[in-house]
Amino acid sequence: MSETSLTGSHTRTPLALRFPSVLIFLAVLGLFTLGVTILSEGFGIGVISTSFVKTLGKTLCLCLVALAMDLVWGYCGILSLGHMAFFGLGGYAIGMWLMYERTRLIVVDSLVASELPPTAQEISDGIATQIFGVVGASEFPPVWAFAHSLPIQLAFVVLIPGLFALIFGWLAFRSRVTGVYLSILTQAMTLALSLYLFQNDSGLRGNNGLSGLQNLPSLDAVPQATVSLWFFWGSAFALGAGYLLCAWIVSGKFGSVIRAIRDDEARVRFLGYPVDAFKLFIFTLTAVIAGIAGALYYPQAGIINPTEIAPIASIYLAVWVAIGGRGRLYGAVIGAAFVSLLSTWFTGGQAPDINLGFYTIQWVNWWTVLLGLSFVAVTLFAPKGLGGLVDLIVDRTSPNRHGADLGPDPGALREKEAEK
Amino acid sequence: MSTLLEVSGVSVSFDGFKAINNLSFQIGTQELRAVIGPNGAGKTTFMDIITGKTRPDEGRISYGEKGLSLLSMSESRIAQAGIGRKFQRPTVFEDQSVADNLMMALRKARGPLSVLMFRPTAADHGRIAELAGEIGLSRKLHSKSGELSHGQKQWLEIGMLLAQEPRLLLVDEPAAGMTPAEREHTTDILREAARTRAVVVVEHDMEFVRRLGCKVTVLHEGSVLAEGSIDHVTQNERVIDVYLGR
Repeated sequence: MSETSLTGSHTRTPLALRFPSVLIFLAVLGLFTLGVTILSEGFGIGVISTSFVKTLGKTLCLCLVALAMDLVWGYCGILSLGHMAFFGLGGYAIGMWLMYERTRLIVVDSLVASELPPTAQEISDGIATQIFGVVGASEFPPVWAFAHSLPIQLAFVVLIPGLFALIFGWLAFRSRVTGVYLSILTQAMTLALSLYLFQNDSGLRGNNGLSGLQNLPSLDAVPQATVSLWFFWGSAFALGAGYLLCAWIVSGKFGSVIRAIRDDEARVRFLGYPVDAFKLFIFTLTAVIAGIAGALYYPQAGIINPTEIAPIASIYLAVWVAIGGRGRLYGAVIGAAFVSLLSTWFTGGQAPDINLGFYTIQWVNWWTVLLGLSFVAVTLFAPKGLGGLVDLIVDRTSPNRHGADLGPDPGALREKEAEK
Repeated sequence: MSTLLEVSGVSVSFDGFKAINNLSFQIGTQELRAVIGPNGAGKTTFMDIITGKTRPDEGRISYGEKGLSLLSMSESRIAQAGIGRKFQRPTVFEDQSVADNLMMALRKARGPLSVLMFRPTAADHGRIAELAGEIGLSRKLHSKSGELSHGQKQWLEIGMLLAQEPRLLLVDEPAAGMTPAEREHTTDILREAARTRAVVVVEHDMEFVRRLGCKVTVLHEGSVLAEGSIDHVTQNERVIDVYLGR
């Protein structure tokens, strides 16, 4: 920190200038979106296949949920192992409408040939049989009460994860559950939710999940090449907006307080801050962000089933953020993008198998092992993650004090400096 | 001088061990008070009870003109009501700058939404610069507080307490690990603070307590053994027996 800034003015500078990483991030995201659009089949020269556009769009959604994870874990210190459940809930909320509306159109089409115009009841029964035949039911479960309404289901994308997180967080934070106990609790919540959804009578088609979500109702004429770009743009916009929101939240005094909660919760209480309320706010907000990310992800994936909510998904999320570098927003994005794309490459069978003579390493199976090892390696040797590489460039780790002494008694940082 | 805090008949035990035993204590609105006592006398537990960290088994604590009972309030509400606490080890947020630390402590609305919408005014920046001057950290305002020396961290924490504008300041061993010059500065800060508020200093160092020049309360086995001027208590037979004589 330079001496001149000590006496510097206190005028407000725009967020983007105080945090150049925000500006750089948005610029990169914009260029990336433009580049993909130009190279796509839908609007450009067709170098990138539609399925890869979908993969990229999904990756942007994963980056968004990683941002949420970074906010709750990297900044506020709550290691939630349940945020992919909120992501899944968002996906289910939008998936219900997509599936209902599309099935309704098919049923209405098939009934149009009958002699008498179909009654509302007939249509409803037709849809229910179509959707729930697979789990041996032919009636709408209560949770589908609003599936016909896009606005209500869109509201649910935000409300269901939000309310769920609010209630869960209120119970947990009020009882001062912290650290590893909270992680276990969130993991249990996730497991319970996925087990519940696996049941056929949960009303969400059990292990079949919701499918055909890539087909937008009444837009059959629009090719997937175009639809995929719509969702890609939507995901890019959501990620950009989410990044700005998170950057705004962590930049001011609120950011100070949540980082302080992460570092010493009790001390923050004695400063007079209601720590539980802050945690609840962050937990709920990030659940909402996760829900929105999920609602954008699953129409691109085409299918959602309870496996997506299983605890392992949330653990992966934590791994992405750890590898990317927690406590910095771009770290989370880099981690999610890097690891999930790499994972697609390895598990998609594109990575060449390694023949050791006595054993062939097939990456489809061995990728998880590699991921696990790299997680351990990052935790041990590079706790700052991939984002830490940026520090090497910016060199923010050693503040230049222009040779000024630290004082009569060596501070903690000086001891660290001496170790180098 | 009116009473700011009145602790009466408070007891607390941990697994059968009575850490505080029928303790009563009073302090006025503008008073400096030193609390001394041997290890295990219950000094830290006493502070824990006032700040809401530990709930007493019995007794009453009334605070302020309206006689608020602190027993039903959370730590954060007690802090908001105007009770600030400084811990034995300096606990500042090392990852954040001195200015950020002070900004967090400034007396402002503490709810999540008001904090989210909070933008510091020029007056707030001015106040922080002023505080930094008082604690001798003007030149370090934008340094990470982890870079400060031990003594400077102690001051920063005192500065944060002053920023909270508490009516009652509880200070646990402020002079620990300080150089003689730093101790003198700390004495000045505490005496100055006590002109406008109540300050309770828990301290081991008799020399430091003597320099504070205030009324002293001696704790022993969880209750008050003696109270009065430093000369008065150091001549007290029982005090000599349990504490000074060792």
